[in-house]
Amino acid sequence: MNTQSDARITDTKERYKGGVLKYKQMGYWRPDYEPKDTDFICLFRITPQEGVDPEEAAAAVAGESSTATWTVVWTDLLTAHEDYQAKAYRLDTVPNTGAGTDTEAQYFAYIAYDIALFEEGSIANVTASLIGNVFSFKPLKAARLEDIRIPTAYVKTFKGPPTGIIVERERLDKYGRPLLGATMKPKLGLSGKNYGRVVYEGLSGGLDFTKDDENINSQPFMHWRDRFLFCMEAVNKAQANTGEIKGHYLNITAATMEDMYERAEFARDLGSNIIMVDLVIGWTAIQSISRWSRENDMILHMHRAGHGTYTRQKNHGVSFRVIAKWLRLAGVDHLHAGTAVGKLEGDPMTVQGYYNVCRDSVTKQDLARGIFFDQDWADLNKVMPVASGGIHAGQIHQLLHLFGDDVVLQFGGGTIGHPAGIQAGAIANRVGIEAMVKARNEGKDILNEGPDILRTAAKGCKPLEQALEIWKDVSFNYTSTDTPDFVTTPTAT
Amino acid sequence: MHITQGQFSFLPPLTDDEIRAQVDYAISKGWALSIEWTHDPHPRNVYWEMWGHPMFEIKDGAAIIFDLAACRKACPNAYIKINAFDNTRGVESMVMSYIVNRPDIEPGFHLIRQEAAGRMVRYTTKPYSTDFPVDTKQES
Repeated sequence: MNTQSDARITDTKERYKGGVLKYKQMGYWRPDYEPKDTDFICLFRITPQEGVDPEEAAAAVAGESSTATWTVVWTDLLTAHEDYQAKAYRLDTVPNTGAGTDTEAQYFAYIAYDIALFEEGSIANVTASLIGNVFSFKPLKAARLEDIRIPTAYVKTFKGPPTGIIVERERLDKYGRPLLGATMKPKLGLSGKNYGRVVYEGLSGGLDFTKDDENINSQPFMHWRDRFLFCMEAVNKAQANTGEIKGHYLNITAATMEDMYERAEFARDLGSNIIMVDLVIGWTAIQSISRWSRENDMILHMHRAGHGTYTRQKNHGVSFRVIAKWLRLAGVDHLHAGTAVGKLEGDPMTVQGYYNVCRDSVTKQDLARGIFFDQDWADLNKVMPVASGGIHAGQIHQLLHLFGDDVVLQFGGGTIGHPAGIQAGAIANRVGIEAMVKARNEGKDILNEGPDILRTAAKGCKPLEQALEIWKDVSFNYTSTDTPDFVTTPTAT
Repeated sequence: MHITQGQFSFLPPLTDDEIRAQVDYAISKGWALSIEWTHDPHPRNVYWEMWGHPMFEIKDGAAIIFDLAACRKACPNAYIKINAFDNTRGVESMVMSYIVNRPDIEPGFHLIRQEAAGRMVRYTTKPYSTDFPVDTKQES
């Protein structure tokens, strides 16, 4: 699509004579560019405004997320500007968009960034560049950061998850099965003492973890110190009842870092093995509390509160796979990554892609799961994904099939809503998981035989029988809004 | 009281055939197998006594069942577990662990609370079994 008029201008005098040039003319569209191993590569899905040349739109994204401003500035000449310019080097039409479809034309724009553009070990800096100005840019109707390849050299500037899957399991002494949790309900209104009762019943029944919900901080009905004290009494009593290590994710999310540190320190002093924060605290706060967690042997649970505002719509925002990659670098140990079968958004293959980003040593390109790039994690700790939201015992075979052992399965309503009580709910889920893991290891086809395996296990376990009965018809079969789009011909990236 | 450590403590006790099936699964994955026993099931007692060395590159699960029988004979009243270990880079840790023997009576734990300043409590979990000391290296 290059014409004489919008081709890259290489003559310095022409290029810097002042005025307004097209982004392509300024050199942000470089189809001949071969990304270096040390480059960041971003894949943006862009929807140009009517009449905007898609190559120019891609060049504009490259420009606005790196060095460009709207007009030519001579001060570029004081810099090694060609290195610092991001380079849009490839443009594909998104399948099933544009002429002859119901969706206006969208394009996958591949853009490479020199590693020198980013401060080492700072997600705040990475995001300020890559999703800073560009998403409000007028010539684009919409833009979405679909995936990112982070150069290994940059990965090594992060410490990553303070604990990681392997060490978490060693601390908990729990291996070879999904961990089992539940979020305390009702999420608002319980006093500290009543809240601790739910924790105690759940953990004594057989849960490994219980959890504060995202909006439990320090409200009038339950101040944070009360919650921490009652919850730790519950945790310790449940440990003594079962001989197992137990934990409760104490949510330390608060207005200021000073408040968060105060709460984290109290959790530590009470002997808690895990704390929790919400995604809404922001990247810098996440990296700070990750560092604190590393210094204090604390598992750090991340609740992805708020992400749906920018991850869910296909045409605009940031894909959750990118958020998951940034969070692994920033350093969290647990991350809510979807259930596929529960009440919250998530196409099964897409969700598996998020899990792989959390758990792989090297993530390979896997277009069907929405993974566009190979990503070497350089031995960074692995993040334990958490499946939470509208799941119940009748889905255990599907969950184990989809996600394997390294996952926390959180049945909140599916534990506390059990007709025979919270302990019964916990027992039902634990028996279901253990029976399913045992059957899988024995070579059974759990996806197909799962319901039979659960029914057989329920013969010796009344609570499981009751759980299967009460929730037997509950499923959440809605169309996913976020599914992978890709060209089936494999392409080198 | 029934200690619920391990993968299968909520299921009926595994038969030897069922144990063999789990052992064969671990072997099919190339994992090393080991047997450990203890009289002190404190949740933070990480180092149970090893019954011999872990078995690396094991071909036949019968070897584990044979060793388990010997361990049970020597320590009938101990907790015994079977572990599988994966030495793949990035794992290099235990990937299975399940109890295969328990004492006839599981005495459980005493939760000791030490009240400290404010409402702070320092918790200690004490196994009753350690009230009756036995040589940890040798079955009484």
